[in-house]
Amino acid sequence: MILDIYSFSTLTASINKELHAAMAPWLAVLTEFVLIGLLFLLFYAILGLFLVYLERKVCAVMQNRIGPNRVGKWGIFQTIADFIKLITKELIPIKNADDFLFNLAPFIVIITSFMVMAALPFAKGLQALDFNIGIFYIIAVSSLGVVGILIAGWSSNSKYSLIGAMRSGAQVVSYELSVGLSLLAIVVFSGSMQLSTIVESQANGWWIFKGHIPALIAFVIYLIASTAEINRGPFDLAEAESELTAGFHTEYSGIKFAFFFLAEYINMFIVAAIAATLFFGGWMPLHIDHWEAFNRVMDYIPSIIWFFGKTFFIIYLIMWFKWTFPRLRIDQLLNLEWKYLLPLSLLNIVLISFVVLMGWYF
Amino acid sequence: MTLNVLMFYLLSGIILTFSVLTITSRRMLRAAVYLLFVLVATAGFYFLLNYQFLAAVQLTLYAGGIVVLIIFSILLTSHISHKFAKPAPWKLWMGVSVLAVGGALTLWTLLSHDFVKSAGVKTVPVDMHLIGNQLLGMGKNGYVLSFEIISILLLAAMIAAIVSVKKEKNKKSETL
Repeated sequence: MILDIYSFSTLTASINKELHAAMAPWLAVLTEFVLIGLLFLLFYAILGLFLVYLERKVCAVMQNRIGPNRVGKWGIFQTIADFIKLITKELIPIKNADDFLFNLAPFIVIITSFMVMAALPFAKGLQALDFNIGIFYIIAVSSLGVVGILIAGWSSNSKYSLIGAMRSGAQVVSYELSVGLSLLAIVVFSGSMQLSTIVESQANGWWIFKGHIPALIAFVIYLIASTAEINRGPFDLAEAESELTAGFHTEYSGIKFAFFFLAEYINMFIVAAIAATLFFGGWMPLHIDHWEAFNRVMDYIPSIIWFFGKTFFIIYLIMWFKWTFPRLRIDQLLNLEWKYLLPLSLLNIVLISFVVLMGWYF
Repeated sequence: MTLNVLMFYLLSGIILTFSVLTITSRRMLRAAVYLLFVLVATAGFYFLLNYQFLAAVQLTLYAGGIVVLIIFSILLTSHISHKFAKPAPWKLWMGVSVLAVGGALTLWTLLSHDFVKSAGVKTVPVDMHLIGNQLLGMGKNGYVLSFEIISILLLAAMIAAIVSVKKEKNKKSETL
């Protein structure tokens, strides 16, 4: 087993081969499932802790503060301390709540984010699921997450929760359209919905550069619409603290609250990772057509660093939004989607089809 | 027993259990959530058959679209303390007898049909371009006519929905 940081396919292939040599085929497949599941679980936990820390630090920088700085150097263990506090907290049972649905809701939210994450290409040869309809799969599965939020709001038997869930439902269902249409833009450019093929198609330049104006419009629409879809500020009406206490998760405590909290941050990562994969080439290094020497220098940086670099750049953008813009009202939010973003993205699709037909892209 | 067969039985078990729970549950939102499980498990079948396109369609349309709409309308109309009343005995017996007849008919058809095991069939991922071309194709097996008719129907339905909820202009407010 040789660990090659430039391509993980040799590593995964050799693990697969050794497992199949050691045990029966069905047992080998099952072992692989468990291994990949554990790997994602570990990644999920670490990522969640890191993103919460990052958010607090970025927020502090925006507001001229220092942020967490007591637990460990630069406060890096602050979120671990918070996590320990959260898991040892009491789970408060709610009187007159629908217990079954109340306990189910956090799992629906977290499972859908897991399912989406499985389809992301993290590096060359490091992708758990590579469907030929990759993007469609991501859109399909991520539309299930809102069910968890709606159930959480209703089953809590609280007015704050119910209003939060309603707002969230209206918001997610409407912004899903713009997200889908802006992703469709890149599908039209690359002629494929398979994520690995889309990444490969950017070997001579990322789509945001190759697709020039229409790709840029699609990227801006995606950034706005997906920020709304993950219920983050300035679109965080579903949990507007000043109006609704905490929105749909007002009644949750302890680890169940942590599940919602974690899923929210992981969804931010997923949204950023999809943007990085479709518009900024995913794990593909920065290549410029015919600049052979430059391309080779760029290839020296491992693909996993490219992927996470781009993703965290977009995460930073999303965090920047949250700490810059004030929260929208619900009517402004729906106006923005139905009167501006949706017609714009429909026109953009027409524009892109025209550009692709005429071959006016690189 | 291979993993495929195991998954088949697992998914079938989920579908059967939650289908029964959907119609027997006396709480409305629980019934909707059980229905969601049934639909997601059906998508699992398509994944098992390597037909990912249909699986994704199933997830977006039924699980992500219709069930979300159902849940949303329940949220708007019903309170958590609402429970369905128990059905009248004669209705229950009617339902059970229809179930028995329908089940017997299905079983009889299934068991009397002579299934032929096709040899050497490999699972091939369905090409997206093929689906797209077929959907808008005007030649043999093309669906362009039905596609267009359905889009006109949907447009008409949307306009009808807008017209039916649109309020008449208030004459008083115009004079003010």
